[in-house]
Amino acid sequence: MTVTAGSTAALALGDDALVLSHRLGEWAGKAPVLEEEVALANIALDLLGQARVLLSMAGDEDELAYLREERDFRNLQLVEQPNGDFAHTITRQLYFSTYQRLLYAELAAGDGQFAPLAAKAVKEVAYHQDHAEQWTLRLGDGTAESHRRMREACEALWRYTAEMFHPVEGVDVNWKDLETSWLESVSAVLRRATLDVPEGPRSGAWTAGAGRQGLHTEPFGRMLAEMQHLHRSHPGASW
Amino acid sequence: MVTRTTPFEGQKTILEEELHKLAGSVPDPELPVLTLEELGVLRAVHVRGGGAVEVELTPTYTGCPAIEAMSADIERVLHEHGVPEVTVQTVLSPAWTTDDISDEGRRKLREFGIAPPRTQRATGPVPISLGPTRTAAHTPGGAAETPPAVGPEADPVRCPHCGSADTELLSRFSSTACKALRRCLSCREPFDHFKEL
Ligand SMILES: [Zn+2]
Repeated sequence: MTVTAGSTAALALGDDALVLSHRLGEWAGKAPVLEEEVALANIALDLLGQARVLLSMAGDEDELAYLREERDFRNLQLVEQPNGDFAHTITRQLYFSTYQRLLYAELAAGDGQFAPLAAKAVKEVAYHQDHAEQWTLRLGDGTAESHRRMREACEALWRYTAEMFHPVEGVDVNWKDLETSWLESVSAVLRRATLDVPEGPRSGAWTAGAGRQGLHTEPFGRMLAEMQHLHRSHPGASW
Repeated sequence: MVTRTTPFEGQKTILEEELHKLAGSVPDPELPVLTLEELGVLRAVHVRGGGAVEVELTPTYTGCPAIEAMSADIERVLHEHGVPEVTVQTVLSPAWTTDDISDEGRRKLREFGIAPPRTQRATGPVPISLGPTRTAAHTPGGAAETPPAVGPEADPVRCPHCGSADTELLSRFSSTACKALRRCLSCREPFDHFKEL
């Protein structure tokens, strides 16, 4: 497979959507209330649709999703983080959907290869971001227990947020401006939710920030095994 | 035997118009009260050389699983009308919006018990809020009302059963990604609202 700047970029954005979609799908049957079960599944479906378009720009969507090794995935380490408790899932959603909405709005305004998809997806992502914000407010400004869990989740995932703004070859946006807007937006939501904006570093000691280069965290290998198992055992299976 | 006249660029032939009507009359697999034409997802029908027909279809949501069923239904209907070769292509641009649902489509949705999407007049780039975002009051246990990017307070979602404007949001996501679940405070009936996109 020839790797051009265009397909590197399509893989990065496509893998973000694919991996987060799979993580959200893991909530099926386990979400705290039925409405959330439906909401998370619908968000996962939106992301899967985006992933299919993006991966098809880089090659065969099924081969890319099911037959690549861990080191060949280009997603952010943030999206591969385990669901944890509901607060962790909501925090991951808040951090990522804010990023994705800002990024896609930029791409939609341009005339690059991602503009048509971004113009469509940014409207869907607006609902994802709204969902994450409303939950952040309810949990952060909720009970002592929900507040504590949100605070822990915000801090635990904070170290994966710098990587989102490492420039991706073939994605033509102003990454510095994107990062500034992201920090403003997320900080405003956290403050309204009576949560402190974490003060720790936004990238980890050694690997955090390397997902775009194919370095992933330990839980990703297990997720991938689960995701690829069926296709690898029964190539071409359908129902 | 159909003889194809050479149309000006962008002009439909009589045959293309006829095939467009046929393809457009296919019911939506998820909301069979609506046709694809009323839903606004059928973009174009082209007759190519040798009688092959190319159909352009746009998805409502990027991940809409119904698009495959729609393609298969269109192929079947056109085959039944003697078209030997049908290709259905998915196009993303310009992005589908709920404004593409026709007036007739909106009327049918309401009749079916689904509150139709409100019209969004905004054109141009997608509005995006930075910094302090929507200031919808968040009441513990209740979801806030403001949908992103749309939904002026002056234009409430009305109950499709009794027409009351006094309705509340129960869940942002309902049976499918395109709908939200609401409840009427006048007649107490829950109902689906086709979300603005
Ligand atoms: Zn009513």
